[in-house]
Amino acid sequence: MRQVIKGNHAVSHGVRLSRVEVISAYPITPQTTIVEELSEMCASGALDAKFIKVESEHSALAALIGSASAGARSFTATSSQGLLLMHEVLHWVCGARLPIVLANVNRAVGPGWNIWAEQTDSVSQRDTGWIQIYCESNQEVLDSIIMAYKLAERLMLPVMVAYDAFFLSHTSEVVDIPEQGEVDAFLPPYEPPYKIDVDNPKMLGGMIGPDLYYEERYLIYRDFMKAMEVYKEICEDFQGIFGRTYGFVETYRIEGAELVLVTAGTLTSVARIAVDKARQAGIPLGLMKVRLFRPVPLNVWRQTLGNVPKVVVIDRNLVGGLGGVFASEIRSALYELDKRPVIYSAIAGLGGRDVTPRDIRGIADYVLSGQAQTDIPIFWGLKE
Amino acid sequence: MQRRFNISKEIWTREELVQPGMLSCQGCGASLAMKLALKGLGKRTVVVIPACCWSIIIGVYPYSALQVPVVHVPFETAAVVASGIKAALGLKGDTDITVMAWAGDGGTFDIGLQSLSGAAERNEDILYVCYDNEAYMNTGIQRSSATPIGAWTTTTPEGSLKEEPKKDMEHIMLAHGVPYVATASVAYPDDLVHKFEKAKGIKGTKFIHLLSPCPPGWRIDSAKSIQVARMASQCGIFPIYEVEEGVVKVNVVPKERMPVSKYLKAQGRFRQMSEEMIEKVQKLVDKQWEDLLNRTERTKGLG
Repeated sequence: MRQVIKGNHAVSHGVRLSRVEVISAYPITPQTTIVEELSEMCASGALDAKFIKVESEHSALAALIGSASAGARSFTATSSQGLLLMHEVLHWVCGARLPIVLANVNRAVGPGWNIWAEQTDSVSQRDTGWIQIYCESNQEVLDSIIMAYKLAERLMLPVMVAYDAFFLSHTSEVVDIPEQGEVDAFLPPYEPPYKIDVDNPKMLGGMIGPDLYYEERYLIYRDFMKAMEVYKEICEDFQGIFGRTYGFVETYRIEGAELVLVTAGTLTSVARIAVDKARQAGIPLGLMKVRLFRPVPLNVWRQTLGNVPKVVVIDRNLVGGLGGVFASEIRSALYELDKRPVIYSAIAGLGGRDVTPRDIRGIADYVLSGQAQTDIPIFWGLKE
Repeated sequence: MQRRFNISKEIWTREELVQPGMLSCQGCGASLAMKLALKGLGKRTVVVIPACCWSIIIGVYPYSALQVPVVHVPFETAAVVASGIKAALGLKGDTDITVMAWAGDGGTFDIGLQSLSGAAERNEDILYVCYDNEAYMNTGIQRSSATPIGAWTTTTPEGSLKEEPKKDMEHIMLAHGVPYVATASVAYPDDLVHKFEKAKGIKGTKFIHLLSPCPPGWRIDSAKSIQVARMASQCGIFPIYEVEEGVVKVNVVPKERMPVSKYLKAQGRFRQMSEEMIEKVQKLVDKQWEDLLNRTERTKGLG
């Protein structure tokens, strides 16, 4: 059924259709309407789930340690400061191998207070052991929630679905909301390999010495690598049932491109327009959208970008002492190639500042003109 | 005053859910407390353990000393993880299972207070137990807000003994309007076990505060744990009582209250207290005891 809905509502529908059993969340702008709509769905019976209305984000995710350990499909949503407050628990959930799904509305981090779009919150959590998926449209958000449960439960690893504040969370788009039967056919009920059971008592998460801790961590690494294959299968299954799907990355007009732009989230939609206009003007631009960010799809990035002369990674995040996170990761991924592109980094759109197709074109022209340096980011639109 | 550990045979011979091989110190009150608690709760119990002595006592992977499911959780999350487990078990129809959070005083009075308050306000159907050894004993005796006034710890060393009285956890929990709040002590095992049995049958948030003597931290002989714990209740510094639906009942009423100085002087951690400070503690305890008896009088028949 096609409906005009906001990104946050796309999340709620994804949660409902995934038959989530326990939800725990704490309100934060711009995630709040997810919490509200899920509360209504639970109250009306549209969703047969228990909603634990906790006193903080730290507790929101911690409650799910309990519910997921007891075998319930579990969900939370947050943003910015809330995600950062969860930091300790993010690590714990991965170590405990709990297939929790978390929707993060990408919002800038204070101070000063800024509720608008930026990806520093979730990219800064890239080492917590969560699979990360970045979305560009409300349809992609809804579909990714459903796919995330399948991926999480196959691997017993948590998945974070990230999408931009306001540009998606509060913007209405046409979304094809799947039928429950289709989703049931795609996503089987959650059957954990082990769980809290009084008839078969086990200890979960206890002390583990230097003799075995390393091995436990290696298994997490190993299963992260399995995620590449499992993700691919799940994308194919999704295509079979719903007639649309997503890949590790999405490329756009990359053939013959002199310069490939790399983006994540809604910057991609803007960049697509800029690419079209540049191509019309005879400037060979291409585009690669980062979708799966953890695990890093190393070979996909290498195959996509390896033969391109120039790449500019446009980051809607900025980390002191490093620069743009996506740029840093792309550089690292391509380093081993014998022949690799010249990689530039650009920073744009921090704290929700608008990035227009003209800005993207400006960045591309600046790189192509030979003025840009590779060792410092292009701070596009920075006021002097 | 009785000096021996007396427990009724009926309770002692119940199924043993704590196995040998615990890594506790000699004379550990917390180990005995778990043994007793599970005699009261039985097999259909899930135990949630945040960072505390019990993270270690229970054993190192792949061994566990308990024959019930155990989930280890981050320091400040015992109450909320218990809430999550209860929610999931409820959805699966396992409503009779007791979910017990088992935390130390640091995990309860300090870092875990926020999530405990949240769970209590929601009146989650969980049993929260604080085994209180009155300092961060697992990390090596640092003061917590449960450390009594006048105590030596490694962070309240000689010349800088703790000046602040212990936080009043029972009142904090009662202020949330929860159905059951009780104190108990390993020195009164039958009373302790009966309280766990009672808590098991009550719906909503139950809070049991256990005094849990710690020989290395209290600077006492490991053979004296029970004796010192008993003195705490006989002098009134740790009264044994319960509050059920607002009705206050003192379960251990000493024939004659022992002077607090006797309890304090039995422990190395209070050795540096001045007589003046001891006098101050006596006054605090007298007031607390009087207040408790008044509350008992006032709430009689409320149930």
